[in-house]
Amino acid sequence: MPKLTVDGIEVEVPAGATVLQACEAAGKEIPRFCYHERLSIAGNCRMCLVEVKPGPPKPQASCALPAADNQEIRTDSPMVKAAREGVMEFLLINHPLDCPICDQGGECDLQDQSIAYGRGHSRYTENKRAVTEKYMGPIIKTIMTRCIQCTRCVRFGEEVAGVEDIGAIYRGENMQITTYLEKAFKSELSGNAVDLCPVGALTHKPVAFEYRSWELKKNLSIDVMDAVGTNIRLDSRGRQVMRVLPRINEDVNEEWAHDKTRYHVDALVRRRLDKPYVRKDGKLVEASWDEAFDAIAGAAKAAGSSVAAIAGDLVDCETMYAAKALVKALGSDLLEGRQTGLAYDVSNLGSVAFNTTIAGVEDADAILLVGSNLRFEAPLINTRVRKAIKKGAKVFAIGPETDLTYKVEWLGNDLSILGKLPDRAAEALDAAKKPVLIVGPGALKDGQGATLAMAEAFQRDGWNGFNVVHTAAARMGGLMLGYAQKGGIADIVAAAPKLTFFLGADEVNFESFKDSFKVYVGHHGDNGAHHADVILPGATYAEKPGTYVNLEGRVQRADRAVFAPGDAREDWTILRALSDRLGHTLPFDNFEQLRAEMANEVPALGREGMAGYEFSPPKLAAKASGALGYPIADFYLTNAICRASPTMQRCSAELIHGEDFAEAAE
Amino acid sequence: MADAPQLPDEAETRARWGNFAWTPENAVKAQEIMGRYPAGRQLSCSIPYLDLAQRQVGAETNTQGWLPIPVIEFVARELGVPYIRIFEVATFYTMFNLVPVGRYHVQVCGTTPCMLRGSDDVMAACKARGMKKGHTTEDGLFTLTEVECMGNCSSAPMVQINDDNFEDLDYDRTLVILDALARGESPKTGTQEPGRHTVEPLGEPTNLAAMETENHDYRGEW
Repeated sequence: MPKLTVDGIEVEVPAGATVLQACEAAGKEIPRFCYHERLSIAGNCRMCLVEVKPGPPKPQASCALPAADNQEIRTDSPMVKAAREGVMEFLLINHPLDCPICDQGGECDLQDQSIAYGRGHSRYTENKRAVTEKYMGPIIKTIMTRCIQCTRCVRFGEEVAGVEDIGAIYRGENMQITTYLEKAFKSELSGNAVDLCPVGALTHKPVAFEYRSWELKKNLSIDVMDAVGTNIRLDSRGRQVMRVLPRINEDVNEEWAHDKTRYHVDALVRRRLDKPYVRKDGKLVEASWDEAFDAIAGAAKAAGSSVAAIAGDLVDCETMYAAKALVKALGSDLLEGRQTGLAYDVSNLGSVAFNTTIAGVEDADAILLVGSNLRFEAPLINTRVRKAIKKGAKVFAIGPETDLTYKVEWLGNDLSILGKLPDRAAEALDAAKKPVLIVGPGALKDGQGATLAMAEAFQRDGWNGFNVVHTAAARMGGLMLGYAQKGGIADIVAAAPKLTFFLGADEVNFESFKDSFKVYVGHHGDNGAHHADVILPGATYAEKPGTYVNLEGRVQRADRAVFAPGDAREDWTILRALSDRLGHTLPFDNFEQLRAEMANEVPALGREGMAGYEFSPPKLAAKASGALGYPIADFYLTNAICRASPTMQRCSAELIHGEDFAEAAE
Repeated sequence: MADAPQLPDEAETRARWGNFAWTPENAVKAQEIMGRYPAGRQLSCSIPYLDLAQRQVGAETNTQGWLPIPVIEFVARELGVPYIRIFEVATFYTMFNLVPVGRYHVQVCGTTPCMLRGSDDVMAACKARGMKKGHTTEDGLFTLTEVECMGNCSSAPMVQINDDNFEDLDYDRTLVILDALARGESPKTGTQEPGRHTVEPLGEPTNLAAMETENHDYRGEW
């Protein structure tokens, strides 16, 4: 624990800390461009120079200098001031003065730091260097003349994303950052490289020139594109969400978000259901709320208690609770959330949760993936696995071979391997202090019993290494609220409900509900709306407050960022109004009452944080065999929102299906 | 960026070089190079591998050799690293040619010591034989490049032609060398100054002269 002084303030920092970190511990701001907490240290921008005694009589790069005992650091001396001004002047020599037309303007590290640490004017009168634009795919727009070559994007691609496409070619004055042969950066995390860019060299292509950062209103929310529950900030202008940025939450997403989280927002104003529709003579026609409710009331009368509700992947717990209350009031308990027909045992929620926690994966020393393409199912857990590998973890996998961005020992593609792991894998898992089993949705279908039978081998003192990965943001909340039948959706089909509520459910096989009166409560005109008899326009996650439970069982709350368009309403108000019309008024008049009711029934949903599931695996048949498959074929088009997004369509076409969009160099 | 090389048409190079693989002799050499580094440090081989590949391309085309994109990718695959990592190395070092060059790659040093000693004349001699900076002559014999210091300042000015240095040049001596090469001969490498062997002082030593006979201490004179 080295003890040193920074500007006369004594600080003690952990062994291995850098001088820059020591300065931060002392509350001193050190300007930097290339240094980033989550990337390796490059030390090439030289902006973090400080004076260090003892040492050579010249400023030192604090980011790459280990803190040592009895060092005296000065960050406020004339030497440091002159050094910073000098570095800044060099950086600005080749940086264009195009801040007024730069998308980074207003949130630019270079802009801020040149104001804080620069000279205020330039002595440079020569020509500036110009660099041609590089094509980096559908997400990243480049204006490479602005690049200050901090290499953060290169290090991000190599260390975090695991897709080594970006590099620095040529040298000296001619050095350029580019993707290999200007192909697209094929990572589902590419948007983070834009956030990392301290200048405007990499900007968000889908929203180029759409907004200035200071125009935006910021609201805190939770991402619903996968079950990780990424903490996000919705930046909106007027009634439109302009962009999504990740918030820092070390337990969940660190400071990353994948491209689906970031760039689906253009769909929030496209293909929206903003009016109720009623099917008349086989055609959906616009209707008023009253007409729509009348149609449902007619069907409800005929249906009696033959009612069911199916929850989609993106709905919040409040909506599911309101629907559950309505279905219950009508005399039924047919609820299901696993739209595609999965029917695993949910008698113990701990057996279908991510028990190590997401952050816990980092500590693993041996990992076994079963039927999980983590890269698409939960990219931000994939980055944790990469971190674990960096610390020395071994990764084995059962399933069809695919590129997970790291080295995996593939054991084969058959569930029967579970019972008789090859020696190498078995030994590594036995010897591991913190073994981790990750069961993907591909294995949940037939392999739940077989994986649970192995769970015992992944228990250590104070460590439960059994993890299940879900892909739907609504899944854990739905399971807590009882949205599960023993036989899955097949049970509902067998019960043949006469009236079915689809809460944003688009992946259901609607053929099996031919004879049911289908009410779709949702926000996008997708599969569900096409098959509905009545459409009630609801709100997307951005337009309503809500509670979401991620795959660990972490209860998180999101706020409303904007209002729903047209006649669309928050889902719970729709269900509440409908209950009134059906003569079974639900016992809550506002959102707080609804939440209180919900917390009453499921106390864990009443407080933010881990729900704390017990782990007592049910006894299931442990025999399993058969090949595995990954349910997510197209990462960019997994739900109704992203299917409506032009950006996601483009990503899918280019990055998954290999269509060529590269612009010809002029 | 004007002087950054324009990579040749990708489709064409892929058609020509897509099947590049080590010749049996070079495969043995590659094996030997790999053996010099500990396991897991294959990236250390990138420079010797690229050099070997460039020489093989040179042997196949009867030129000094260059690195087409498929060859760079071949090297990356051999080493099991992403293409961009090897591409970075190949673009960083000026000894790797990213565009085809002629039989002789004439690299004239134009840095200060050579310039003061007359590298402009050397350059003029090259131009007198039809060469143009950054271009290959029509007969495919010479490619002219101006390079930075090659570390032969004490026998400046100099050119490097393929693997050999020619030093102590002037206009005429350069012409003699170029003409000999054009005829397919191998002119004497190293210094062209008659009576000089390597880079020993010409004539009487002009400094540290007292050191000739004994271990003289100059410190008092400074």
